[in-house]
Amino acid sequence: MNTTKKTRQYVYWITLFFITLSGFAQMPIFKRYYIADIPGLGWLAQFYVTHIIHYIAAIVLIAFVIYVFFDFIFRGAGLNRVTGFGFFKIAILAGLIVTGVLMVVKNLPNIYFGHTAVIVLDLSHLSFCMILLFVSLYSVIRKKRWVG
Amino acid sequence: MTSKLSRRAFLKGSITAAGSVVATSGIARAAKSITHTNKEPLATLLDISKCIGCEECVFACREANADKYPEPAKPFPKMYPNRVPVQDWSDKRDVIDRLTPYNWLFIQHASATVNGEQIDLTIPRRCMHCENPPCVKLCPWGSAKQEENGLSRIDPDLCLGGSKCKKACPWDIPERQTGVGLYLDLLPGLAGNGTMYKCDRCYNRLEKGEVPACIEACPEDVQTIGPRSEILKKAHALARQMNGYIYGEHENGGTNTIYVSPVPFEELNKSIETGKGKPHLNKVKNMMADGTNLAKAMIVAPIAGLAAAFGKFYLSSKEDK
Ligand code: SF4
Ligand code: SF4
Ligand code: SF4
Repeated sequence: MNTTKKTRQYVYWITLFFITLSGFAQMPIFKRYYIADIPGLGWLAQFYVTHIIHYIAAIVLIAFVIYVFFDFIFRGAGLNRVTGFGFFKIAILAGLIVTGVLMVVKNLPNIYFGHTAVIVLDLSHLSFCMILLFVSLYSVIRKKRWVG
Repeated sequence: MTSKLSRRAFLKGSITAAGSVVATSGIARAAKSITHTNKEPLATLLDISKCIGCEECVFACREANADKYPEPAKPFPKMYPNRVPVQDWSDKRDVIDRLTPYNWLFIQHASATVNGEQIDLTIPRRCMHCENPPCVKLCPWGSAKQEENGLSRIDPDLCLGGSKCKKACPWDIPERQTGVGLYLDLLPGLAGNGTMYKCDRCYNRLEKGEVPACIEACPEDVQTIGPRSEILKKAHALARQMNGYIYGEHENGGTNTIYVSPVPFEELNKSIETGKGKPHLNKVKNMMADGTNLAKAMIVAPIAGLAAAFGKFYLSSKEDK
């Protein structure tokens, strides 16, 4: 049981790490600030590479989140065990995934989203990401848990 | 060469006359076809064999879009770190032999041998208006936009000048001008670097039911605009007729700019000058294809997650029994 929990935690953190890194790489900043000059990190300035990594990390994250959710349901664990903090993180994750999926759809050929819709999606996706990062940091420092 | 020159000189003289003929026939027809209401994207056909390199289109573009050109305030704010390049074209507005923020269309020169005879060809070059434009789809702010009629453009009020669109574009089309745009109001020293510019296919003229300026100005009727399927049909008919070649139909997964040439594009590509602001004529693979394929794979993700959870539950319930 404990090992599954550990594995889960590792999968979650590794995915979060790569999805955030490749996500920030969607903005042209890593080259400007020499980060892509660090040996082994040159790929961070290659937009098509980071785009693909972001998509792959998203696939893993979505599969993982759905797995954890249904595992929770199937085990008959009551939703009342989820802490307020947990609910907050779930909401942010959901927002991140929904806006992300919509952006994937937007990027398909022959799909037109309105200009404003695209801007709202871009900014809300980035905002959800920033909130999740801060909340995750806070939860690590204050040892806040998803379930009580 | 001489015959071409004299032909060009002759045509220079008769541009106004030719223009008025065009205005009543080709352009009127084109204008009609662009006001169509169905959602099919518009494409342009460029018959390279007709182009005489007079640059009327280039000047028409500059005139029609002059009020969109950047007017940067100087001195530019200092940008950090030092490696961030200042790109300033505001004192070189006269440059017309390449793409710049002040020149969205230029004429490329090529020579080739057809049936043992050497001919010179001139090719109008600008943004290809890709069907699935990476410049638009990968712009992190939604500053680069695609419209339903198939054109793509960069919003000068939103662009931060990070030049990602240029890096994503297989032809390196967008060009940057430092010292203008939204970044000046944010953190000009630390983020952004001006605004990117490129052909916007005269979106504002199209909105009014007018054809793009370069199409209207051409004395040789080099360009035609219309629904993509019709343009493709015309392009193939033309290519058959001249025993020619097509560029832009499949490049980068398909573009809304279809060139027809009597000479293979590989040959033209060897002959043209390429480099900064001077796009190539290489074959281009679909840059967004990997993303599109992964997007399809994404549908499997929730199913896989659910299956894994159910599998685990099933196994543990069997163990319990
Ligand atoms: S040619 Fe380049 S700038 Fe033009 S639509 Fe395609 S990717 Fe964008
Ligand atoms: S379509 Fe308009 S913006 Fe584009 S090259 Fe022609 S005149 Fe210039
Ligand atoms: S496209 Fe037309 S206007 Fe432009 S250079 Fe060729 S002939 Fe002249």
